[in-house]
Amino acid sequence: MTTIHQFENDFQDKIDQEAKIEPKDWMPDAYRKTNLRQISQHAHSEVVGMLPEGNWITRAPSLKRKAILIAKVQDEAGHGLYLYCAAETLGQSREQMIDDLLSGKAKYSSIFNYPTLTWADMGAIGWLVDGAAILNQVMLCRTSYGPYARAMVRICKEESFHQRQGFETLLVLSKGTAAQKEMCQDAINRWWWPSLMMFGPKDSESTNSDQSMKWKIKRKSNDELRQNFVDMIAEQIKLLGMTLPDPHLKWNEQKKSYDFGEINWEEFWNVVKGNGPCNKERIDARIKAHEQGAWVREAALAYAEKKNKIKTVSAA
Amino acid sequence: MNHQFIKKLYYGDIPDEPGSGAAYIAKADTAAWPLWEVFIRSKRGLDHKHAGSLKAADATMAIENARDVYTRRQEGVSIWVVESKNIHASNPDDAESFFDPAEDKVYRHPSFYELPDEVKHM
Repeated sequence: MTTIHQFENDFQDKIDQEAKIEPKDWMPDAYRKTNLRQISQHAHSEVVGMLPEGNWITRAPSLKRKAILIAKVQDEAGHGLYLYCAAETLGQSREQMIDDLLSGKAKYSSIFNYPTLTWADMGAIGWLVDGAAILNQVMLCRTSYGPYARAMVRICKEESFHQRQGFETLLVLSKGTAAQKEMCQDAINRWWWPSLMMFGPKDSESTNSDQSMKWKIKRKSNDELRQNFVDMIAEQIKLLGMTLPDPHLKWNEQKKSYDFGEINWEEFWNVVKGNGPCNKERIDARIKAHEQGAWVREAALAYAEKKNKIKTVSAA
Repeated sequence: MNHQFIKKLYYGDIPDEPGSGAAYIAKADTAAWPLWEVFIRSKRGLDHKHAGSLKAADATMAIENARDVYTRRQEGVSIWVVESKNIHASNPDDAESFFDPAEDKVYRHPSFYELPDEVKHM
C-alpha cells in the first residue's frame, strides 16, 4: 500500500530532479494552496494593473504613444488570462477567484494602489514597476508547477517590450524642456520606493521554514531580487541623467553591488491593509466593470445555448 | 509536516490583511462560460500546437478570443479550439505501467544496430 509519506517523497524527488508538477499529479495540499494563492494574486495584479495605465490612454501625448499604451494594457489583460487559466488547473473556478478579488479577500500587488498623476508615470511604471516584475517573472519561468511556468514563459516574451517602452518614454522626456525633465524626475521620485516595496518584506522578517524554496515555487529570496533590481536601475538611471531619491544609494566596491536606504515599512503595511492612496478606487472600478458587464456574459451564453438548440433540432 | 511556511512572504505573495472591497457582495457568476483549449499552427507546414486555454460562450467567440490572446504578435496562421470537457487524457498515476511496453524495446531505435564503418548512407 502506498502511504502518504511515499507520495510526499515521490513528489519531492520529482522536484529535486527538476521535473515539473502537472495538474493531475499528486501534490501536497499546502503546495496546491500556496500555488493557487500566488498565481491568483498574480492574475489579479495583471488585471488591476490595467487601471493606472488605462487612466492615460485618452490623454497620451501622441497617436503613437496611445497605440503603444493600448497594446501594453491589452498584453496585461492577456497575462491575467494566462494566469487565471493556470490557477484554475489547481481546482478553483475563475468565478470564485474574481469574487475573492472583488470582496477584498484576495490580494493584488500594492503597487497599483498608487495614482498615476502625469504622463511621465507611464514611463516610470514601464521602466521601474515592470522592471521589478520582470525579475520575479524570469525566476518564475523555472517554477516547479508546470502551468505556472508555461504562463510565465509566455508573459516574459511579451514583458520586455513593456520595460523598454517605459525607459524610452522617460528618455524622450529627459531630453525635453525643463518642464518635461522635471516631470520625469518627479515620476521617478514617486515610483522608486513603491517599486522597491514590490519585492516584499525583508528576508530577516520571516522566521518560518523555506518550504517555497524547497518546493521550487520560488528560487530567489526577496532581498536577492531587490538587490538585483537596485543594481540594474542605479546604472540605467545614469543614461537618463536623473537621480534616485535615496541619499544612501552608493556603490559598494567590496560587495560589488549598491547599498541603499531603508524602505518605509509602515507605508508598505498600510497599503497592504487597504489604506493606500487608491485601494478603494481600484476595487470600485473592478466591481463596476464586473457588474456592468454581467448582461454581456449572460447574453453571450443565452445566444450560444439558443444556437445549440437549433443545431440539435435540425440534426434530429 | 510544517505548514507554517505560508506566512513566509515572497515577492508576489501579498499578505492576507483585511483590505478594501468590503462593499462587494460575492455571488458566483451564473453565466459561467465553458473552458476551451486552443491549438495554434505557427506557420504553414507545422502542426497545430497547444497554446493555452480560455473561456468563451461558443466556438466562434473562442476562436476570436484565441486570436486576440495568443496571436497578437503574429504567432499563428491557423487556430483550432476544442471544449476542454471533450479532451480525454491518460492517467498520470498509471503512467509507469501504461508506457511500460515501450521501455524494453531498444531494437526499435536505429542506434541498436552495430554496422561496419564501411556501410555508407544508412
